[in-house]
Amino acid sequence: MADQAGPPAVQETPTEPTEPTAPATPVRDGIGLGLAVGVSGLAYGAAAVSSGLTVGQACALSLLAFTGASQFALAGTIAVGGSLAAGVASAVLLGSRNTLYALRLAGTLAVRGPARVLAAMGVIDETTAMATAQPSRAASRTAFWATFGTLYLTWNLATLAGALGAGRFGSPQDLGLDVVGPAAFLALIWPRLRSGRAERMAGAGGALIALAAAPFLPPGVPVILAAPAALAVAWATRGRAASGTAAGDGAAR
Amino acid sequence: MTAVWAAVLATAAGCYGLKLAGLVVPPRLLERPLARRFAELVPVALLAALIAVQTLTSGQSLQADPARLAGMAAAVAALLARLPFLAVIVAAAGTAALIRLC
Repeated sequence: MADQAGPPAVQETPTEPTEPTAPATPVRDGIGLGLAVGVSGLAYGAAAVSSGLTVGQACALSLLAFTGASQFALAGTIAVGGSLAAGVASAVLLGSRNTLYALRLAGTLAVRGPARVLAAMGVIDETTAMATAQPSRAASRTAFWATFGTLYLTWNLATLAGALGAGRFGSPQDLGLDVVGPAAFLALIWPRLRSGRAERMAGAGGALIALAAAPFLPPGVPVILAAPAALAVAWATRGRAASGTAAGDGAAR
Repeated sequence: MTAVWAAVLATAAGCYGLKLAGLVVPPRLLERPLARRFAELVPVALLAALIAVQTLTSGQSLQADPARLAGMAAAVAALLARLPFLAVIVAAAGTAALIRLC
C-alpha cells in the first residue's frame, strides 16, 4: 500500500533539522488534541438540535460529513430559516479547504484502496495540522491516525450527548474550550512559522485576508480566501522552491 | 425522506467527496515545484487564517474578547517557553476560563 505513492522528491529525509526540540510525541499529542477538540462536539450537537435538526440528523452530519465548520454552517442556515440549498452550498464550500489539505497529505499518507476511503474521512484542520507538524513521515502518519481516531470518536459521542442534552449544558466557553482550537493550531504551525520567511508571509497574509474579509462574508468563507496568500508566496519564492528551501521539515511532506 | 434529511446527506456527500478528491489526485500533478510549494504553504496560510478568525471575530463582526485574547497570549508564552503541546492547550484554555470566572 505504501509503495511509490508520493512524489519522489518529497520523501527524502530532512537535510537540516529545524531546531532542537523535544522528541516528537505524535500519539500522545494526537490523542490529546482529539479529546480536547472533540469535546466541542457538545456545542455542535446542542446548536444543531436548537436549530431544528433532529438528533439523528445532527449525528448523521458528524458521522458522515465530519468537518465542524460545514456542520455548523448547515445548522446555522436552518436556524435562521435560510434555504436548504444555500445551507448545503455554504457547507460544501467550507469543506473545500479539506481538498487542499488532502492534496498536501496525499504523499505523506500514501494510502490506497480501502485505507484511502477511510483516510479521506479524516482529512480536516486538526489532523492536517498535527500531521504536518511532525519531524518525520512515519511520525506524520502516526499523528494523523491517532488524531483522526480520537477526534472521530470523541466528536461523535459529544455530538450525541450535546444533541440529547441541548439547552441543559453550560456554555463550553466557560471552560475556555473556544480557545482550544486556535491555541492548538498556533502550537502546531509554530515551528514552521519560525523556520522560514515564506511560511511567515503565508501565515500573516492568510490571517490578514481572513480578518479583512470577515465582516463582509459568511463565517468560514474568509478562511478559504487565505489560500491565494499561499499561492502568491509560493509564486514569489518559486526560485528557492526548486532547490528544496523547506528542507527543515522535508520528511513530513 | 424529508428535505432536511436530503440536505444533511447532500452536505455529507459533498464534504466527503471534497476530501477524497484531494487524496486521489495523481501525485505527478504535485511534482511541479510551484504546485508543491503551494501545497506545502496552504496549511500554514489556512490555519493562520483560522486562528485569526477564531480569536478575533464573532459571527461576522470583529471582536476582541478579553478572555480569548488572554488565552492566546498564554499560548504564545507557553510556546516561547518551549512547553509541550498539551501544556500549551491547557495554559490557553485555563487562562480563558479563569478570566471568565472573575
